[in-house]
Amino acid sequence: MALFEIRGLTKDFGGVRAVDGLDLDIDEGEIVSVIGPNGAGKTTLFNLVTGMVTADQGAVNFQGRAIAGLRPSQILALGIARTFQNVRLFPEMTVRENVMVARHCRTRSGMLKAVLRPPSFRREEKETRQRAERALEFFGSRLVGWRFDTPARSLSYANRRRLEIARALASDPKLLLLDEPTAGMNPRETEELIELIRRMRDDLGVTIALIEHDMRLVKGVSERVVVLDYGQLIAQGRYDEVASNDRVIEAYLGRKATTA
Amino acid sequence: MARTNLVPPGPVVGKRAFQLPIVDGFLWLVRIAAIALILVGATRSIASARLSGQQWRDLVVFGIAQGSVYALVALGYTMVYGVLRFINFAHGEVFMIGAMTGYFVTDGLARTALWEAAPFLSLFIALICCMTVSALVALLLERVAYRPLRGAPRLIPFITAIGASFFLQYTMASLFGTSVKSYPEVEVLTGSFTLLGFRVLRVHLLVIVAALVIMAGLYLYVEKTKAGKAMRAVSEDQETAKLMGINVDRTIARVFGVGGAMAGAAGLLFGLVFQNVFFLSGFLPGIKAFTAAVLGGIGNIPGAAVGGLTLGMVESMGPSLVLVGLGIPAAHQLKDVVAFVTLVLVLIFRPTGILGERVSEDRG
Amino acid sequence: MTATGELAAIDFVPAPKAGPRAIRLGLVGGAVAVFVSVNGMVEAFSGRLLLGSLALGEALLLSVPLLIGYLAGRPEPVLEGFTARRPGWRNVLAGLVAGLASGVTLALFVVLVASFDIRGVFLNATPELVRDGPRILTFGLELGAGLGLLLGLYVALGGAGGVLQVLPGRFRRAVLTALGWVAGLALMQPAVAQVLRGIQQELRIWTAPLTDFLYDASGALSVPGIATIAAAAFCLQLLASRQHRKPVRTRLEQLPDRSRRILRVAILAAVLLLLGLLPQVIGPFLSEVLNIAGIFLLMALGLNIVVGFAGLLDLGYVAFFAVGAYTTALLTSPQSSVGVGWVFWLAVPFVILAAAVSGLMVGTPVLRMRGDYLAIVTLGFGEIARLLFISDWLKPWFGGAQGIIQVGDISLGPVQIRTPEAFFYVLFVFVLLAAYATYALQDSRIGRAWMAMREDEAVAEAMGVNIVTAKLSAFIVGAVLAGFGGALFATKIGSVFPHSFNVIVSITVLVVIIVGGMASVPGVVLGTLVLVGLPELLREFEEYRFLIYGALLIFMMLKRPEGFIPSGRRAEELHEQEVAQDEWLVAGAPETGATDADRDEPN
Repeated sequence: MALFEIRGLTKDFGGVRAVDGLDLDIDEGEIVSVIGPNGAGKTTLFNLVTGMVTADQGAVNFQGRAIAGLRPSQILALGIARTFQNVRLFPEMTVRENVMVARHCRTRSGMLKAVLRPPSFRREEKETRQRAERALEFFGSRLVGWRFDTPARSLSYANRRRLEIARALASDPKLLLLDEPTAGMNPRETEELIELIRRMRDDLGVTIALIEHDMRLVKGVSERVVVLDYGQLIAQGRYDEVASNDRVIEAYLGRKATTA
Repeated sequence: MARTNLVPPGPVVGKRAFQLPIVDGFLWLVRIAAIALILVGATRSIASARLSGQQWRDLVVFGIAQGSVYALVALGYTMVYGVLRFINFAHGEVFMIGAMTGYFVTDGLARTALWEAAPFLSLFIALICCMTVSALVALLLERVAYRPLRGAPRLIPFITAIGASFFLQYTMASLFGTSVKSYPEVEVLTGSFTLLGFRVLRVHLLVIVAALVIMAGLYLYVEKTKAGKAMRAVSEDQETAKLMGINVDRTIARVFGVGGAMAGAAGLLFGLVFQNVFFLSGFLPGIKAFTAAVLGGIGNIPGAAVGGLTLGMVESMGPSLVLVGLGIPAAHQLKDVVAFVTLVLVLIFRPTGILGERVSEDRG
Repeated sequence: MTATGELAAIDFVPAPKAGPRAIRLGLVGGAVAVFVSVNGMVEAFSGRLLLGSLALGEALLLSVPLLIGYLAGRPEPVLEGFTARRPGWRNVLAGLVAGLASGVTLALFVVLVASFDIRGVFLNATPELVRDGPRILTFGLELGAGLGLLLGLYVALGGAGGVLQVLPGRFRRAVLTALGWVAGLALMQPAVAQVLRGIQQELRIWTAPLTDFLYDASGALSVPGIATIAAAAFCLQLLASRQHRKPVRTRLEQLPDRSRRILRVAILAAVLLLLGLLPQVIGPFLSEVLNIAGIFLLMALGLNIVVGFAGLLDLGYVAFFAVGAYTTALLTSPQSSVGVGWVFWLAVPFVILAAAVSGLMVGTPVLRMRGDYLAIVTLGFGEIARLLFISDWLKPWFGGAQGIIQVGDISLGPVQIRTPEAFFYVLFVFVLLAAYATYALQDSRIGRAWMAMREDEAVAEAMGVNIVTAKLSAFIVGAVLAGFGGALFATKIGSVFPHSFNVIVSITVLVVIIVGGMASVPGVVLGTLVLVGLPELLREFEEYRFLIYGALLIFMMLKRPEGFIPSGRRAEELHEQEVAQDEWLVAGAPETGATDADRDEPN
């Protein structure tokens, strides 16, 4: 059984069918890219999978469990974490706190413990802190040291993207959904991110699905490319297979006016 | 790694988990309890025939008159919400200032010969004064307190509006005193007549007719004029409206001005019906008119009228219908409780209103 | 987050020219001066002498041109890359012009009041303003001479405000500090004099000469007093802002760990000792003032968790206060419907329980409501609670408008807490616990969940925060703290009336935390002392309290939404460099631009 299965997933937004009877499997340890023209339903797919939007129809199974209808926090606890297309951090919280929030579902202390501060609370707090810092260290020296205590809003754009990924990683996900991780990054930074995405899979054992418009990244990192158009899956396979697929070319460039 | 497009459908394991089951359960409980209480109260009080048919009809007329005033105030909330997605908490105070102006103008006119000779002309003069003053206050509020905060997080202008509300209340208190001001008697408006079996107080008729005329005027203004078209465009999409050459700032100011004028008119009508006004008079009607706006569907201009009338009826009949039926003593004391409970229930269970919310929101 | 904000920021608004700006500011100032005259503030405040024969009312009137001149004299905003004009005579001139404009506006008003009787409409436009009696607006002079003096003073003070802008930054701050100290000590005369007297009585430190030196018999600051205070404040501020001087905080951080800990313990001990002596020194009246402020502080700390941490704007907060008060009254008063007449401490667990349950009752229905609707619904809940407590329907239980009397006193073993001084200690313990709980919660799993929820609810939920638990726990903690406030309030007053639980209480608490600084405990403490304590101390403020609150709310939201003493994290300034990089990135700068090394340099 695949790690992650989608069957017949459908979502309407007031008459517009954003996702239309989608079937998709992702195996453990894969790096999958989801591409498609604007409005193809890629981000909606992520929203549906993470429970931020409820599906009209269809099933989503993760490790053999049906997760459609669960709350986003429950889905995160099961091991699906995500980032957002338009980076959404907690701007007034510090970099470290941003990441510590993601440990919420892996920790237990309640209010009473927070006030009484028994040793178990201190231990948990210390561990949360260390895990958060470790997740930040994944990006080398960019988010560590004095940056731990700066508010997230003071970060540069690329660092915000990195922080968002670190936040998702800190929740110990099995499946990580990255929504346009390199938007706004320069080519050097993109290169670096390609390397990091591989390391996430190889070192941390995280399965990765990403939405991306930057074909260098798609080509460089993904083992399988899935193409959506009008909410439907129109092709999938290796990058070069997909790139030469007629339906994909048509979706991106439009149908030729006259058939030769 | 190539795969076929269609993977055979796998087994669907587990069942759909409900979102927030406990909360939903609790809300359903509240809903059922509310409906049950209303039904029990209504049947018991109708069966007991404590109030005669005539008295019920009186309550209906009073409800419509009161509802027309709420509707006029609600228009201001709903129009501002439509363009700015912002609850102008101080709108109730704009209404109160209209009522205050009405007091000073009618009080002044009552000492002249005009009051006796041409009562309707005097009232018309008072109406114009009230509408002007309230519109000016609303414009000033927009310019000083709200415009600089455009685009700020939602709660910031809302808190400003709370501050503005208190500032206006206590400004009026410190300038004109905290005492209750009584409107002068209008002779042509005393007494009543019977229409289709309903006994209608003249002052109620005036209020209803005036409100209808003003609302019709507003409707034509919004639907037919260029300025109205600009308002609708701005409420659909500010950016696009700006690109189409609409002066967004001026349009928004105009919305505040028109809303304020409506509230000013409502203030005068309120004063004519209830005969008195003081610096806190704006709070409760303001909250109730906001309820009416939400009840009708916020952002929706006909909705404000529908919501206002509905709320007016609920408030005039609710205590006698439900509370008396449930055997609660001194039910009239709980009139405001009924209004607030309506507010809470509407916001919890039907925040999109009867006619539906008309707000183009970026709910990304 | 929305496109609106970004586009609005791009719009280029040309800065107004200095001249028209000065006149406009002057007119605004004139309007303010007229407003405070016509609404009676000047007259109401003229009973308290501040400096020599200058009364608070006149000081208020004369502070307008100074402030307006200061604002008008501000250097014009300059686009980045252009050099700002050196401050000089232009700034002073702008101040003069603004002062003149204000003065003329006020003078017109004076002429108006002198010629017509507008008292029929404006109740507070009394003859004392201009015509007879003290003639406050014309400083006791005849109309012509008074107008001349008024205009002269306004122009001079406007110019003085402008001159402040010409001074170098350090000196300007020193002058402002000196002004602030003189004003503060003059205003706080009743408190300062009482404290000095208290020190003399309790500690046998002879302070009477100091009191006599600072204040004259009428309670105003004496001339030598003013000179000494101003000089001391000026010099201290000048010394403190010396260049090449490390801020205290940095120097503290450089101390070795051990000495830092010792220092901290010493400071804490000193503070506790001082607070222990405080009620004895300040006497019953000031203790009472502090007690009232303390009860509000308890509520403010609770609301701070709900609004400041969790971002849930609760306008019906007074309901929890009422629940705490009524629970205490019901359980400790032998006259109540329950009639058990327990001791206070036995009622406390029930206060917690009742407050927590009411927190749940209010919190559950509003879980999925957006911010502004939530505020209005909670406002509705607050009003419903008050109307039910007051109603005849529930009179058998809650006593209707007559409330419940004979609420039990607090007893500590055999000691009954009756005096304000003794009550202060009990209240202080509660406040200390609440402040500690606030700090502890802030720095914990649930505190982070609250803040994440405040910043972005949808993302917090996607990052694993259980929104239901987080919201409800915020409501419960807030309710319990307000419940404590209510319980202490009931036992302090000895009775409970529904009229005490007006919506105005909720608003007061909200103003306190917004002015002080949301999510910041020191801010909340100082906010309560100033906004609740001061009007209790200076009763003439009482009448204008809510007017000032309203104006403060607007001002804060427009100018300083983070409050006067923001919480640490909010105070941090943006790293300009990184923001600049953003624009650089978005604009698609050259790809071989800055290396990572120099981008990551701390600035």
